[in-house]
Amino acid sequence: MSEFSIIISGFGGQGVLSAGRMAALAAMLEGREVSWLPSYGPEMRGGTANCSVVISDEPIGSPLLSSCDVLIALNRPSLEKFEKTVKKGGTVILDSSLVEIRPSREDIRTIAVPASDTASENGNMAFAGVMLLGCLSGNLNCYNRDNFRKALEEILPAKKHDLIPLEMEIFDKGYHYV
Amino acid sequence: MEKVFKITKGLTGVPMHYCPGCTHGIVHRLVAEVLEEMDVIESAIGVSSVGCTYNNYDYFACDMLQAAHGRAPAVATGVKRVHPGSLVFTYQGDGDLAAIGTAEIVHAAARGERITTIFVNNAIYGMTSGQMAPTTLIGQVTTTTPFGRDAAIHGYPIRMSEMLSTLDGAAFIQRVSMHDVRNVREAKKAITKAFRLQSEGAGFTMVEILSTCPTNWGIDPVGSLEWIKEMMIPQYPLGVYKDVTAGGDK
Amino acid sequence: MSNRVLMKGNEAIAEAAVKAGCRHYFGYPITPQTEIAHYLAKRMKDVDGVFLQAESEVAAINMVYGAAGAGARVLTSSSSPGISLKQEGFSYIAGAEIPSVVVNVMRCGPGLGGILPAQGDYFQCVKGGGHGDYKNLVLAASGVQELFSLTMEAFDLADKYRILVVILADGTIGQMMEPVIIPEDTDMKIFDKPWAASGKKGGNVHHTIKSIYIDPVVLEGLNNRLQSKYREIEANEVRVETSALEDAEIVITAFGTCARIAKNVIKEAAREGIKVGLIRPITLWPFPVEIISETARKDSVKAFLDIELNAGQMVEDVRLAVNGKKEVLFHGRTGGMIPSQEEILDIVRRIAGGGF
Repeated sequence: MSEFSIIISGFGGQGVLSAGRMAALAAMLEGREVSWLPSYGPEMRGGTANCSVVISDEPIGSPLLSSCDVLIALNRPSLEKFEKTVKKGGTVILDSSLVEIRPSREDIRTIAVPASDTASENGNMAFAGVMLLGCLSGNLNCYNRDNFRKALEEILPAKKHDLIPLEMEIFDKGYHYV
Repeated sequence: MEKVFKITKGLTGVPMHYCPGCTHGIVHRLVAEVLEEMDVIESAIGVSSVGCTYNNYDYFACDMLQAAHGRAPAVATGVKRVHPGSLVFTYQGDGDLAAIGTAEIVHAAARGERITTIFVNNAIYGMTSGQMAPTTLIGQVTTTTPFGRDAAIHGYPIRMSEMLSTLDGAAFIQRVSMHDVRNVREAKKAITKAFRLQSEGAGFTMVEILSTCPTNWGIDPVGSLEWIKEMMIPQYPLGVYKDVTAGGDK
Repeated sequence: MSNRVLMKGNEAIAEAAVKAGCRHYFGYPITPQTEIAHYLAKRMKDVDGVFLQAESEVAAINMVYGAAGAGARVLTSSSSPGISLKQEGFSYIAGAEIPSVVVNVMRCGPGLGGILPAQGDYFQCVKGGGHGDYKNLVLAASGVQELFSLTMEAFDLADKYRILVVILADGTIGQMMEPVIIPEDTDMKIFDKPWAASGKKGGNVHHTIKSIYIDPVVLEGLNNRLQSKYREIEANEVRVETSALEDAEIVITAFGTCARIAKNVIKEAAREGIKVGLIRPITLWPFPVEIISETARKDSVKAFLDIELNAGQMVEDVRLAVNGKKEVLFHGRTGGMIPSQEEILDIVRRIAGGGF
């Protein structure tokens, strides 16, 4: 990879911004250049939230994305809004527990991951994003498992570190999802 | 022969520019004497405001900052937070403190900012030539109330000491007057107490001083002292409005 | 990589201020810069500093006046509408020559406008905003690491010249995260401030901090002194980044976020055989006049294209520097809209084809 752009989008409260931050941090720990840009408009309050992450082996130009290599969609409006921004040959990773439709385009690859269902079966709905980030790692190799774990350790407050093994289990389920 | 009166070292000796009969000069001397008596001329920092006393940074011998109109309490807050060990005071008039700077004085008091405000209330704007102040009395003629202050049009005068004394951050607030010797001495006691409480960290302190403006009132100096007594004091009663040490060593 | 951390622009400003020895912050909440306050509310406690949430922007800038006038390194931060309120303080600080650092993470206006990124305060911060003849030294970063180092430098520049330094960033730069290398040891300069009203004066010197001078002769003297200081800053402190200027046919001028987008455009255009270069002013004042006017004289340059998140502000300075030698075109977006790479690339193609 030389440069790689990701849009992560979902409802406010689904942990979209922190999922983006985890991906960016994991890639940074891998020695790459990264940028993370949140949507901070009025949509933050209850509507959809999204963030743009760029991962690169070279200094990053614009952190703003008008197109992306990967879209991670955690709800249907996000898929509808951002499907068109995915580059030809790009990938859509969607949470199939919550998104009942599929991209209409045929020039992109779709990976449907039952993230929310898997996360809640494993005890925590909030880990859906982690499964999707595992899928991103397994399929597109922008950061490895170890660095993702380090990112979790850095981002999570110490009192939540006992949850890390469970999160990594869910990450691994996503990692092997194709 | 023993010298029984000399000019305080708290003043620089630069001749003051105040009009004949104006009592600002007396207030300056009282503040300066207290600085000298507390031996803080070297460490105290004062804040001048906008109004007739804009340039009293030339008169006080301590370090001084000149603030924008109404902002002296904010400037003093900045100073005090950098030099918590220094005595910090503002010297403000009624327009500066009770009109354009209302927010700053209220919040400095609410924060219990360890500063002392010397608030000179003469019920009129002096420097800009006699316009209505927030403290102008009902019926009082000024250049912007040529037919007298009418409550229906201009609203009512503000009693700042009473207002600020309701705030928990205020440690000591007293209203005094310059209209006779006894009250001048009382004013000095009030300033001393305010400065002392500030250095003890008690909270926000203010001394409101009823003062003359013969030029803009259009009254001669002696008549002006009388006008404070007859007209201002009924609207602005003298006394201690807040004293966290009350019941103790008052 | 151990000290490489992922930080928001706003957090980088806050941490850099602490590293630069700033121990006093006064501010009022406003989006999109509130992370600065959140960060410092905690961080100042670690370093025995002061964090004070003021009752207004007006009070905050006057607290800066007092604290910096009393000799401390002080920071306040705000966003566009709040910076308008601070303009009174800007002018007084300029007149009293108090070293101060003010952050403006710009949102879109006019009025309450919106909270999305914009660069509409260029005129306000670069040309004045307050009354009288004065200048602010204005620094514009286009990334988080640069924001960190410029913030540290801002304190040195403020102290060196006794001037107000504005860190001017659009909302994108404040909100985005990038890796930052935080220096372990800082070669922080200690500036002696014998002029400060610190209550610790030596001898009989009586220090006053003020901007009022009733005597016109004295006040003109102050103005002349300020102006010669400004000329000195113009001579010594211009900072600019250029890229791909050597054989550029089209030169983009842009700062902050727009310069980041321009870098992508340059790469794409090169693939199509269009030679595009970039001049990115880092100091908006002093403005990099020389490099622009030199570039304008080159035969290889066909035109300048200025890109901003406003209706055309810095472009006036570009035009003055180009001084009619080449055409200067402008493309701007407002209201929180940001031009896309494709949008700019399309303009570049049209200029290259002679059809703009």
